[in-house]
Amino acid sequence: MFSNFILDIDVSTINWSRAQFALTAIYHWLFVPLTLGLAVIMGIIETRYYRTREVFWRDAAKFWQKLFGINFAMGVATGIILEFEFGTNWSNYSWFVGDIFGAPLAIEGILAFFMESTFVAVMYFGWKKVSPGFHLASTWLTGLGATISAWWILVANAWMQNPVGCEFNPDTMRNEMVDFLAVAFSPFAVGKFFHTVISSWIIGAVFCVGVCCWYLMKKREIRLATESLKIGAVVGLIASLGAAFTGHISGQQVAKVQPMKLAAMEALYNGGTGQGLTAVGWVNPFEQPDYEKEASAPLKIDMPYALSIMATDDPHGYVPGINDILNGYTTPDGHVEPSVNEKIKMGQKAISAIAAYRKAKAAKAPEPELASLLSEIQANVKYMGYGYIKDKHDVVPYVPVNFWAFRVMVGLGVVFIVFFAVMIILAFKIPYLSVITRRLLAAFGILPETAADTHTLLGLPAWHYWLAVALIPLAYIASESGWLVAEFGRQPWTIQDMLPTWAAVSDLHSSSVMITFILFLVLFTTMLAVEISILLKQISKGPEYERG
Amino acid sequence: MQKNSWLYRIYDLYYDGFRSMRLGKTLWTIILIKLFIMFAILKVFFFPNFLKEHAHGDEAGYVATELIERGVGSGE
Repeated sequence: MFSNFILDIDVSTINWSRAQFALTAIYHWLFVPLTLGLAVIMGIIETRYYRTREVFWRDAAKFWQKLFGINFAMGVATGIILEFEFGTNWSNYSWFVGDIFGAPLAIEGILAFFMESTFVAVMYFGWKKVSPGFHLASTWLTGLGATISAWWILVANAWMQNPVGCEFNPDTMRNEMVDFLAVAFSPFAVGKFFHTVISSWIIGAVFCVGVCCWYLMKKREIRLATESLKIGAVVGLIASLGAAFTGHISGQQVAKVQPMKLAAMEALYNGGTGQGLTAVGWVNPFEQPDYEKEASAPLKIDMPYALSIMATDDPHGYVPGINDILNGYTTPDGHVEPSVNEKIKMGQKAISAIAAYRKAKAAKAPEPELASLLSEIQANVKYMGYGYIKDKHDVVPYVPVNFWAFRVMVGLGVVFIVFFAVMIILAFKIPYLSVITRRLLAAFGILPETAADTHTLLGLPAWHYWLAVALIPLAYIASESGWLVAEFGRQPWTIQDMLPTWAAVSDLHSSSVMITFILFLVLFTTMLAVEISILLKQISKGPEYERG
Repeated sequence: MQKNSWLYRIYDLYYDGFRSMRLGKTLWTIILIKLFIMFAILKVFFFPNFLKEHAHGDEAGYVATELIERGVGSGE
């Protein structure tokens, strides 16, 4: 891979820079979703306190806020390292996108600082200083602040996947924003935001239910565990169903603007109308498939028409495969998509025109000549990134990672829906349904006979509680898999169709990037171990009950 | 400062809050150590501003040269 481009950049510099960015982003993403998810849980629990004024709910809110605070504190500033890496390892990229990233990231920084630092302080320090209503508002606004921060970060990410609302300026060599609303509210950004935030609520819910089940297994903090579990399970089920729905919307956006990513996720080598979604199939995890020769992935069993529905809302909708995208295709509605080789020519024209324009400008060439070169740049800049590609196969992302990460994400999503649904049936007295489910579970040996007719979360087999605890790391795996699909699927592009990784990376020696990668690995592992140990200690200690 | 003024109440919220912290003290210590490592060590010694060091004030020119020279079949 990447063996065909002409440059004197060391390939290992690109790979180490990518690995370092991935490591930092994955580490950062361990904290963000739990912050977003626990914000909802603790907000609901404090709302219960506000409505009932029962001291139990205040103690419960304080307990979950303490766990939220530990996670929040450990996550503080981990995202800043990504910006360090932009400036050092990805300087061409950083300059190229600067104007577009500046506004969202500045808004994010100001919002994060003012909203979160103000309302977090009131949430922790203000129990006896402000009114219950103001305190409740601060708790919800803490979560809202984190969610709005996520919006701007996801706007920046969405722009890389679908660069809209900008114009390239060959004088400054930057993309300049011409339509803020198009950047901030592009359908890609909106879909990504809702899918990411709602799926983060699943992590908060799984964490909450897991902690509660641990208490139930130990037969302690029974009321806190039972009541919190109910809230966690309801949030979890709503979020899991919401993530499935927003995932569908997100998938449609991917189909429109990144068809290669969708083809890689599905290992769809040759597309067409009425495409099925792969329910079962085998893609060797360690080798890029021979998509030119293979008709489809081995052992493939489809859900008929499901991929076309997912991508286009039409069972007979057209979905291009990898080979169609490489060789160019025409959709049934007459849209002609150029082949990669044609795009390479357009990209080369864009780069040549930029070089000629800058040379002519320096030589003070007449206006008509500059205008003609400018129009050539504008006509081809959409595919500028293809000018850095020599072999068309370099634009195919690594299929196995996309294929399997997508299946891990979706598979675990289904597990969460079933898990939360069962927890709700067990935790709430739903007429008939609870009794029938309990008796069915008892019949299959999943519940003991003695628990079949009693409505309690206590006395379940130990493995039931352990399963809930084990789902906590699995929720993180599902969430990180989603990001793997989003980011691996758009390779080799740092900005879709405009800038591949090997043009975006700085001309650094790979050893310097390797050293900081190892430093980060040690630092992140240590910090994660510290966070987990503090969290476990506080969970083991349990809530502090005040006399009310 | 009047004790019922907004300014005093904000000051009191933070002062009293920080003073009575228990777990928070550990978390703040970790945050400060982390920020020190990030800004005083990593940023200073390992993450210089690449363009500032190499472009000598002409960032657009430097990036233009880089992107044109790296383009396949162009810039010759």
